[in-house]
Amino acid sequence: MVVMKMKFPFQKRVKLAQGLWLLSWCATLAGAITFALGCILKTELRRRAEVMDNSDIHVVPNTLMIVGLASLGINYFASKICQDALDAGRFPRWKNMLKPYFAISCFFTVLMLLAVIMSYVMKGNLESSLKVGLRNGIRFYKDTDTPGRCFQKQNIDRLQMEFQCCGNNDFRDWFEVQWISNRYLDFSTKEVKDRIKSNVDGRYLLDGVPFSCCNPSSPRPCIQYQLTNNSAHYNYEYQTEELNIYLRGCREALVNYYMGLMNTIGAGVLSVFLLQGSVLVSLRFLQTSMEAVAGNENTEIETEGYLLEKSVKDTVMEYVGPLMTFFLLTNQVEEGATGAPAGP
Amino acid sequence: MPFMPVKFNLQKRVKLAQGLWMIYWLSVIVGILIFSLGIFFKIELRKRSEMMDNNESHLVPNLLILVGLLACGVSAFGGKVCHDSLDPVKFAKWKPMLKPYLLLCCGFNALMLLTVLLCFLMQFAVYLTLAEGLKNSIKFYKDTDTPGRCFMKRTLDMTQIEFRCCGNNNFRDWFEVQWISNRYLDMSNDLVKDRVLSNVEGKYLMDSVPFSCCNPGSPRPCIQHHLTNNSAHYDYDHRIEELNIWTRGCREALFSYFSNMMNSIGMLIIATIILESADMAGLKYLTTALETMEDPENPECESEGWLLEKSVKETFSEMLAKMKTLGASNQVEGGDAAEAAT
Repeated sequence: MVVMKMKFPFQKRVKLAQGLWLLSWCATLAGAITFALGCILKTELRRRAEVMDNSDIHVVPNTLMIVGLASLGINYFASKICQDALDAGRFPRWKNMLKPYFAISCFFTVLMLLAVIMSYVMKGNLESSLKVGLRNGIRFYKDTDTPGRCFQKQNIDRLQMEFQCCGNNDFRDWFEVQWISNRYLDFSTKEVKDRIKSNVDGRYLLDGVPFSCCNPSSPRPCIQYQLTNNSAHYNYEYQTEELNIYLRGCREALVNYYMGLMNTIGAGVLSVFLLQGSVLVSLRFLQTSMEAVAGNENTEIETEGYLLEKSVKDTVMEYVGPLMTFFLLTNQVEEGATGAPAGP
Repeated sequence: MPFMPVKFNLQKRVKLAQGLWMIYWLSVIVGILIFSLGIFFKIELRKRSEMMDNNESHLVPNLLILVGLLACGVSAFGGKVCHDSLDPVKFAKWKPMLKPYLLLCCGFNALMLLTVLLCFLMQFAVYLTLAEGLKNSIKFYKDTDTPGRCFMKRTLDMTQIEFRCCGNNNFRDWFEVQWISNRYLDMSNDLVKDRVLSNVEGKYLMDSVPFSCCNPGSPRPCIQHHLTNNSAHYDYDHRIEELNIWTRGCREALFSYFSNMMNSIGMLIIATIILESADMAGLKYLTTALETMEDPENPECESEGWLLEKSVKETFSEMLAKMKTLGASNQVEGGDAAEAAT
């Protein structure tokens, strides 16, 4: 049962080879673009690495870079093969290489599709990584004198200003941590002593946010401190005030940014995947139609080309069969060996 | 006595034509680069036009766009002439256009020289416009309810954040204006009344700056208010505190940004002038070498190429004489008209 048989007269074969040559050079360019897109995504993820807890999400750009490099090689060989295809003398030397070549190419093409699917699947992973990273960032905001955390304040401030966000879930996260270092608190004043005694952990908590939460679009100068106290400011009601500080949380802002970036990149990679797939299908048709010509005196005869010699199931068994027998055989040998000493 | 003659055989002529063709295409790319830099500069001026009182001069970017387009056109034409030069049939149709083309190139080089001068001189104009514009921006910071100035606050805040600067000369400019609108001041409060009465014009002045002056690199949370009052904050001395707010003024920051841009563009145009002059010299050599072939049928013959047919002095005196005769013919016509009138 041959899959997708098609008749190929000589002219059609020539046109197929020429079209495939052009297509494979386009696909080489597309592979380079995929590599570049992977590099861009990795750079963007590295820039905000301080607010991410783990680097699991880096598997997406790493896969894209590997696939980009591999497709450069695959398409280069494809163009070489189709250049030799119409010359009956030079085509046979590719015969042995074609089966592993197709196996490897299919593997990397499927990997490309997997990378795009992974970028959607790992959204939850990214979100939890950002949640932990931002929580730590806010907690260590005041530790500008601790080695290893000196720049946490600067990073969080710049992040909040650039992404127009405040806090982890929202601005209230700043009310739950002490973000002013003890070095700048006058412990002899009554106000400071009251605040510290007012909670179990002895922390200086206040209903204020850092200046980087301020929204420049607000018509009034920024209100940072005593945010929940309406009487502390003239003509101010915190329940209805929307423009004073950023209301969005930084986790949501960063997740949206990265998902938008990965959507754009995913769309590009999907089109590269389709291009690569069409290159492989055309190459398979060219190969099978040229193989039927081999050995014939007249190279201009009409031949048949097909995708798979047997049905899909049989072909899969053909490739996976050797692997399965290898694993099953080793298991059986081991079982036999353990069975023998356990015997009498 | 030709000026700077060089002997050419066939090989040398072919090499000159090929090399010149490549240099012309390089000039086209440089022309495109100048065009895009002109557009970039225009966009940057538009973005900051609120800081410059909306009366900044767009002369330099417009001139850059024109120069870029002209460079592309002139170089593309020169490249086409080079390409056809080794084929006598095709070259014959370009021959009559060569003299006006070279004169056009000379004029174009003069235009580029003018552009370079403007690039370096207009920086003074930008500096003065910035000084005036920023002063007004700070004055109108609080007018977020006045049509036409609603976004001044946001623009100035974003500029101070982006360029890491505060105020016009420095942060003390904020102490001299009222930057909090009366809508948000409780006029029944004693403190507010004291401050308003403390100066002649009745403005609410204080030693504070907006939040956009804050430096994120400071180890302590930003101190915006009571900046000159050491006792208002714990462990604070305003004379030695450097990291709290940006100490640089926005005029200096914006000016250094624009001046760097204009200097780099000026350097690029100087390089383009040198490139175009090399193009012109090469083309002159190529055309004269092709014209002085003794035997037009035999392409392998030797010929001589030069920059000017006579020496520099003689060429100048010839040009002056030509201009005088042009002037004289006007006088003769004037004389005839006067005779006819009487």
